[in-house]
Amino acid sequence: MAQLDLRGISKSFGDTAVLRDIDLSIGDGEFLTLVGPSGCGKSTLIRIIAGLEPQTAGSIEVDGVGIDHLRPHERRVAMVFQSYALYPHMTVFQNLALPLTMARLTMAERLPLVRLLSPRRRRVMAGIGQEVGAVAEQLQIDRLLDRRPAQLSGGQRQRVALGRAMVRHPAVFLMDEPLSNLDAKLRVHMRSELADLHARLRATFVYVTHDQVEAMTMSDRVAMMHGGRIIQLGTPAQLYDHPANLTVAQFIGSPTINLIKGRIGTDGAVEIPGGRIDLATGLPAGAEVTVGLRPEAVVPAPLAPAFQDPVRLPARLHRRENLGPEQILHFDLVGAEKAGLTCRVMGNESVVADEPVDLLFEAGACHVFNAAGERVALPATPASGRPPVRSVAPLIGGTGA
Amino acid sequence: MQATLPTRTASEGEVSPAAAMIRRMTGLFFVHAFLLAGAVFILLPFVWMLVTSIKPPEEVFSAELSFWPDRFYGLENYGFALTAAPVLRFALNGVIVCTGILVVQLLIAIPCAYALAKLQFPGRHLLFILVLLALCIPIQVPALPIYVALAWLGLLNTYFSMMVPFFLSVFGIFLFRQFFRSFPDDIIHAARLDGMSEFEIVWRIVTPSAWPAIAAFSVFSIVAHWNDLYWPLIVISDINLAPPPLGMMYFADAETGSNYGALTAAATVLTAPLVVTFLFARRRFIEGITMTGVK
Repeated sequence: MAQLDLRGISKSFGDTAVLRDIDLSIGDGEFLTLVGPSGCGKSTLIRIIAGLEPQTAGSIEVDGVGIDHLRPHERRVAMVFQSYALYPHMTVFQNLALPLTMARLTMAERLPLVRLLSPRRRRVMAGIGQEVGAVAEQLQIDRLLDRRPAQLSGGQRQRVALGRAMVRHPAVFLMDEPLSNLDAKLRVHMRSELADLHARLRATFVYVTHDQVEAMTMSDRVAMMHGGRIIQLGTPAQLYDHPANLTVAQFIGSPTINLIKGRIGTDGAVEIPGGRIDLATGLPAGAEVTVGLRPEAVVPAPLAPAFQDPVRLPARLHRRENLGPEQILHFDLVGAEKAGLTCRVMGNESVVADEPVDLLFEAGACHVFNAAGERVALPATPASGRPPVRSVAPLIGGTGA
Repeated sequence: MQATLPTRTASEGEVSPAAAMIRRMTGLFFVHAFLLAGAVFILLPFVWMLVTSIKPPEEVFSAELSFWPDRFYGLENYGFALTAAPVLRFALNGVIVCTGILVVQLLIAIPCAYALAKLQFPGRHLLFILVLLALCIPIQVPALPIYVALAWLGLLNTYFSMMVPFFLSVFGIFLFRQFFRSFPDDIIHAARLDGMSEFEIVWRIVTPSAWPAIAAFSVFSIVAHWNDLYWPLIVISDINLAPPPLGMMYFADAETGSNYGALTAAATVLTAPLVVTFLFARRRFIEGITMTGVK
């Protein structure tokens, strides 16, 4: 159990800066996810925490004590790799026992033949055998202990990799995209298992993924990385409801947020193709803005939402994806070239194609970003933020994986 | 969609199953005939050696060419070869020298190759270039200084003197380096996190995965040094230390010079261990060659 602090971590390969001045405090027992597109530096950061790569600048502390000078195995961290990284020629038991034998046996006791001379070795190995057995039982891999990794399925290898991390009782678990080699169904299953595991172990988890669904469903907090920086740190709900900039808004949420280019009119309202939105942005008239609308905030008029004073945009249905409990509707805006809006609506009542309909949304549901892509703070209105009676988790989880 | 697919007309080549079968068979026939011709070309000298080793002298020198001997003379030839010269002693010398060279080569080449393939250190590329350059230096170049050094140390006429120039195998370093490059970094990272030292990673994690490469390299190394005449000729004058080719030379020099039946019998005895080794390592050897991209 440990608090992990990163202070001013930077990393560059030659002239290429991969990480720029990362400051991050991860609380004891917290599940923190580093999320971002590939190449954003998240894997490099987790390798630096593990001690597998040296940082160019900055320091790492566990419970207030610097660990920069420690070698990987002295850092009380364990890592689960995307490729599982099991030792191919060892059985599952040997894979699980290896971290313990390395820690508890002397060099001589690990040598072939010489080790037979040590009476202590047998005692230690018996203890290790018990611990490995206990972990294997927890992960339901106790029947596979004699097999080699090549004889296991992807999900089983994943569990062995997890078990190898667990036997060491590390203070911090580092996970580098552990689910991305699994098929979609297994990934959803392992997501909940990992969340359970975290609840049971109460260890600090640092989890790297490029999959925003994993980030949203498992984490206490999410750090979204881009271009070697953390561009937003917060709870999944904060990132979803209050994205700090366009990059976060576009990355988090599936289907992707709707973005409409607009500009501030003379009266201060936001003018968009086909309509205007009454919002006090505080920006000068003529300023370019981008309006973001989550798909569930936009509703076609025939489905009659109880919005007060909604914005109306005429549109035409272009494509419809029925997901069972909900449907994703893709509309083309009437009168705006190549501009479209995506709606997510519950149920599967049909909206007639080819007939123009009005799309409704409330001004309070809009996210406004300035020309630099930064979020513009809006004065709170009673109906602000998000549409009523919609919770985030099922909406995201439903289409995920 | 179907309408837009190009449709084949019967005149264009509607092939009946029987015709297809015949075409396939003739193709296979020619391919195999070609391969068999190549195999015969390569195997004929060996077969001729085997046949000669069981022929009596008058048949070896007879003007007409006969493949199979009229009179089986194998026992006499092999008996003479084994008693007139210490042929088994030559074979044992060959085993000692080849094993010694191979073990030390592996002990040195594997860690070197791991360092070149997986460790980051300044000068890594320069070192690798030096390894590649060293591949171009034949043994004849350093022969003289090594001979002088061995003579000065009084080590001529020892097993050690036969082995020492070959302890560092740049070819081995190169071959293993190519093989290790494809070894997953994550497994090495995991081993570091589990507390293994670099040497333990080399011997306990990386080497067990390298058996195909080790087998391939072993075949190269054993064949090269079993058949080496040049270096033993320089450092060995004691017939009891002679490896196979040098022993064969001594054997041929004596009064047996024209007894081809006995000579080929001795050659057969001295070639057999190589053939057996290769048969055992064959599959791994081929894996190793194909996986390292070294041909």
